[in-house]
Amino acid sequence: MMMNMVQSINSALALEMERDPSVVILGEDVGVDGGVFRVTDGLLGKFGEGRVIDTPLAEAGIVGTAIGMAMNGLRPVAEMQFMGFSYLALNQMINHAARMRNRTRGRLTVPMVLRMPYGAGVKALEHHSESTEALYAQIPGLKVVVPSTPLEAKGLLTASIRDPDPVVFLEPTRSYRMLKEEVPDGEHLVPLGKARTVQEGDDVTIVGWGAMIPLIQRAVADLQASVEIIDLRTISPMDSEAVVDSVKRTGRAVVVHESPRSFGPGAEIASRIYEGAILKLEAPVERVTAPDITVPLPKGEDHYYVNERMIKEGIERTLRF
Amino acid sequence: MLTDDFDPTKGEMLRVMDEEGNVEASLMPKMSKELLKKMYRNMLLTRMADDKAVKLQRQGRLGAYPPSKGQEASQLGPAMVLKEGDWLIWAFREMGALLWKGVPLQTLYLYWMGNELGNVYPEGVKATPSVVPVGSQIPHAVGIAYASKLRGEKDITLAYFGDGATSEGEFHEGLNFAGVFKTPNVFVCQNNQFAISTRRERQSASATLAQKAVAYGFPGILVDGNDVLAMYAAANEAVERARKGKGPTLIESYTYRMSDHTTSDDWRKYRSKEEVAEWERKDPLKRFRSYLSAQGILGDEASLAKELTDIVEKAAAEAEAVPLPSRSDVFTHTYSDIPPYLRSQMGGGGK
Repeated sequence: MMMNMVQSINSALALEMERDPSVVILGEDVGVDGGVFRVTDGLLGKFGEGRVIDTPLAEAGIVGTAIGMAMNGLRPVAEMQFMGFSYLALNQMINHAARMRNRTRGRLTVPMVLRMPYGAGVKALEHHSESTEALYAQIPGLKVVVPSTPLEAKGLLTASIRDPDPVVFLEPTRSYRMLKEEVPDGEHLVPLGKARTVQEGDDVTIVGWGAMIPLIQRAVADLQASVEIIDLRTISPMDSEAVVDSVKRTGRAVVVHESPRSFGPGAEIASRIYEGAILKLEAPVERVTAPDITVPLPKGEDHYYVNERMIKEGIERTLRF
Repeated sequence: MLTDDFDPTKGEMLRVMDEEGNVEASLMPKMSKELLKKMYRNMLLTRMADDKAVKLQRQGRLGAYPPSKGQEASQLGPAMVLKEGDWLIWAFREMGALLWKGVPLQTLYLYWMGNELGNVYPEGVKATPSVVPVGSQIPHAVGIAYASKLRGEKDITLAYFGDGATSEGEFHEGLNFAGVFKTPNVFVCQNNQFAISTRRERQSASATLAQKAVAYGFPGILVDGNDVLAMYAAANEAVERARKGKGPTLIESYTYRMSDHTTSDDWRKYRSKEEVAEWERKDPLKRFRSYLSAQGILGDEASLAKELTDIVEKAAAEAEAVPLPSRSDVFTHTYSDIPPYLRSQMGGGGK
């Protein structure tokens, strides 16, 4: 049926909870209220308060509890209301979730998902527009997954819940209700760690993820050049082969992300392209990103967010080089 | 209920055995002679293994190590009441508890020597590895207990932490969750009076740490942590409460760290010899020995010391004989599968 991303994530959660009694949901307002974006709407009624858990307001407590649950046989899906609040739980994610498998040589593992909306574009309050996926991607042991469409969200979340490792699942806030597409009512699985070619082309490779994918698609719609678009899907562990193989053919690459430029994922992607395809490159890897400043409040956001014009200009620069 | 009879907000402390080893009969838990002997054996082994670890560190054969000296009773009492299916969540100064739970001494030495294989406990020993970021294990204990409860199992989860941990946000968040969800948890705060050099008074203006439980909506009890019989009695009641589905308990074990925070520290900088000597007089091991001696169940001390020395020496030798981790060992467990880029960083086929 036609679903937006909120519905497709809800559907993935419901199906996994039906399939596997060890899947539980916990977070602030996830039960009665169905989450601040209504992603978990209706699940409390279906699965009861033992498995859909409205918690006290405490991010480290939520994530720490989820880690304990995961070590003792559950598959918790914990929700952070916004990415900007997930920092309170970084200690738990970095010092425990990410390294428990390694510390115990596989005796204890943390198969949990930490879901959160990320990114800008909904004219929200401060701390509600963060796109700091690089923070998590820097941590060995964590997987970082970002869906770009409703169908992708269902498939990637299903795979994340079944994954044996801790997954940070970033949901693009502005895409929650932006578009609808056909999504299967039943199970849909998209394996983690594999990028997706959104559109094939020969002149330049554009790499993006999450909310940037529809933006890139719009930006290239009226370009003369033949553009290949790669949706990275999993920031870490990254499918560098897919990116490098594409750039070997096109000879040019543009990375688009809404997180700040310096030390951002774009730097890592550019490095991998240089390491794997330098002799095929016709131009330096172009980065189209947010600037290295604090996210402005909505009145100043046009100075910050990546837009179609910036993507077009980036592509033109790399083609002209 | 002991938690009714000893109110921490009134400063009341549970003590079964006084500093000379005399027992208050009305409070004495039922214990067989064999069990009492086994307890003394664990406490002595912990003391000897601890001394050995410090010596090994001084010789450069073991890394920085946090001594347990003085806290043997505090650790052992709660660990004793755990059944096989119950979980033990520790901080980093609980060697005696882990030995009782079934973690071999050589495994613990191996960890402190700097090898992750020292976190690989035998199959069936339900215990997490040490947690160095202070207090952050407390929410794990709540999650583990929640999972047991959700599945309708009777297993309970016991977590240790120190007085310093009670200042951390994760202590508050963990105990708050436990109170709200009525999880089958027992929280044991080993108040050894110091967080490295910082005194207990600087951690909290609360008169006792046990009384913090009141704010979370469950019972707390202040216990003489150098009295193994009192620690056992308090933990026994708390575990029973948790197992019956009546929720968590906070036990404050009032004890003293007789040695340094770790081998990298020097206690002379922040406390007097007189203070330490006063607590040496209250040594939990001496106290329990006096009791056993008076009961005539101490047994042959020389042969016990010899037996334990052999165990300690053998464990140290076995731990030292474990080969260094291979490159593959340190790379392989980052994820369930090694991603291609990581395999290439590992290189060389990962020998």
